[in-house]
Amino acid sequence: MTDQQLTAKTDVDLAQPSILSRRSPWRYVLLLAGLAVLVLLPYQIYPPVAMDILCWGLFAISIDLLLGFTGLLSFGHAAFWGGSAYATGVIAIKTGVPFPLAVLGGAVFAMVIAVPIGYLSVRRTGIYFAMVTLAFAQMLFFIVNQWRSLTGGENGLQNIPKNFFGVEAVETDSFYFYYAGAGVILVGILIAWRVVNSPFGRVLTAIRDNPARARALGYDVERYKIVAFVISAGLAGLAGGVFSISHSFASLQEVGWTTSGKVVLITVLGGIGTLWGGLVGAGVVVYLEDYLASAGISGIAMITGAIFVLIVLLFRHGIWGTARNLVREQVIERRNRPHR
Amino acid sequence: MSAFIQYTLQGLAAGGFYAVSALGLAVIFGVLGVVNFSHGAVYMLGAVLAAVLLAELNVNFWLALVIVPIIMFGFGVLMERALIRWLLQLDPLYNFLLTFGLTLVLVEAVKQRYGVSGLPYQIPPGLGGQVTVGSVGLPTYAIFACLFSVVVCIAVGLLLTRTRIGMIVRAATEAPERTRALGINVGRWVTPVFGFGIALAGLAGVLAAPSRAITAEMGSNFVIILFAVVVIGGLGSILGAVVAGFLVGLVEAYGVAYAPAYAQIVIFIMMALVILVRPAGLFGREEIA
Repeated sequence: MTDQQLTAKTDVDLAQPSILSRRSPWRYVLLLAGLAVLVLLPYQIYPPVAMDILCWGLFAISIDLLLGFTGLLSFGHAAFWGGSAYATGVIAIKTGVPFPLAVLGGAVFAMVIAVPIGYLSVRRTGIYFAMVTLAFAQMLFFIVNQWRSLTGGENGLQNIPKNFFGVEAVETDSFYFYYAGAGVILVGILIAWRVVNSPFGRVLTAIRDNPARARALGYDVERYKIVAFVISAGLAGLAGGVFSISHSFASLQEVGWTTSGKVVLITVLGGIGTLWGGLVGAGVVVYLEDYLASAGISGIAMITGAIFVLIVLLFRHGIWGTARNLVREQVIERRNRPHR
Repeated sequence: MSAFIQYTLQGLAAGGFYAVSALGLAVIFGVLGVVNFSHGAVYMLGAVLAAVLLAELNVNFWLALVIVPIIMFGFGVLMERALIRWLLQLDPLYNFLLTFGLTLVLVEAVKQRYGVSGLPYQIPPGLGGQVTVGSVGLPTYAIFACLFSVVVCIAVGLLLTRTRIGMIVRAATEAPERTRALGINVGRWVTPVFGFGIALAGLAGVLAAPSRAITAEMGSNFVIILFAVVVIGGLGSILGAVVAGFLVGLVEAYGVAYAPAYAQIVIFIMMALVILVRPAGLFGREEIA
């Protein structure tokens, strides 16, 4: 059962060039539209919520880098998101450096703890990998919970400062903070995009599709997986760091397994193997949660859980994946239509 | 020394819950290839159901030990028919995700209905006291729970090794394709086996009800430890699930006694060591991964 892929093959031949191919002008139109949404988001949505969407979006992208492009479902990514949330918070409180530096420190911390976790986890694949990563993440949860003097235990880490080179507007106004935070997130997204569209990324995809063949071609499969795992952890750390700075708070929930589950939900909702889908999924889930909470509806987890069940049952390609497949089908149909 | 014996017995008692539940998890994985994330939630449902039956219908503990697993069996059958079935031919990760979503729904539903504080449950009469042998004193209920779990594990073991149904289930666990090739309809056993696994988790819940706090969250931590148990034991192995269940119970009890701050972490360190030395688990076979 290991040769079945979670990224279920579509009926559409993915090798066919689509309107989203490199030379297509549509590519730039979409890119510009995306940037416009990024810039205008805090005008439409309460800025801290807009910031949350970007953070969860990058977090989901970090999951997709593993799941969609390497074929590994990490169910313990809260360790890196939450680990960095705490590390970033501690750095910001103790040193008072500008927040991008603190976030960078958090991301490095996430990558450091990802090395032993990745080393042990990649010895297993598929469902085992998910369980092992989950268990290690839970180990970190207990450490964070126990180490009260540093992490505040159940009270969490409070009053994390938003230092930003002395620019008062960013430090006090969440609207301006959004743009500073978005800068950091954008860097993370670019890194993910570069990784996927690089020779390294091609090897990852090869490992996903056929590990035995990749190994036969001389690639050290385990090492590639560990490197992908560490990069993914770094991106999750970047996202978690910005998240904790934005909230001035890091709570135990950030390292808990529901966080690991929520980010997988966002990734699947957006579309596995699409990278951009993560941002769309994050937009839907975070906005929906905020909307339900402000409408005074209790039991949000029940709705999230039900959405999860329905997506897995009925909507496995996700929003972006479904849209992409529709576009591809259209293009292929048009191409195959006989010319007059 | 007497303290050590006491911790050992406590560990075996706690291990009983893990062993019975992990057994259910292993049987389900064996036949369906599904890692049931909602196993912890089902364990919680078992305990809540026992408490509600006692409060509303005055069903006592002994009756609950019989009734709750039957109800949970029905629940499992329903779950398999309505949800699990549709994803069986896909990657096992899909059912893992499905049962994760289901867990969120179940936990939140119980939280909404019964609140976050615990439900009361009395230790059944006759099991409330302490048994003292020499200088070792242990709650009678812990001894009962331990013995009961051992009996259940042995009974399930006998069922799997001595009966025709067990033979089919084991064959389907070990070589599903070959079993099918021999003309045995494995598909017919999928639903009842799933229900059976769920019933075992529910039974563990009833067993836990008198000695642990009954809350909506009681299964959340439990399921993670269960995963550690099956990783240690080897996911494909039924014996591994039982042995590792008791082993983890013991390690946890010694951890609580001798290094309280690290009690929970010790289990995962043990898991890490097992993965390093034997990635397939203590009793697992290499090819199942």
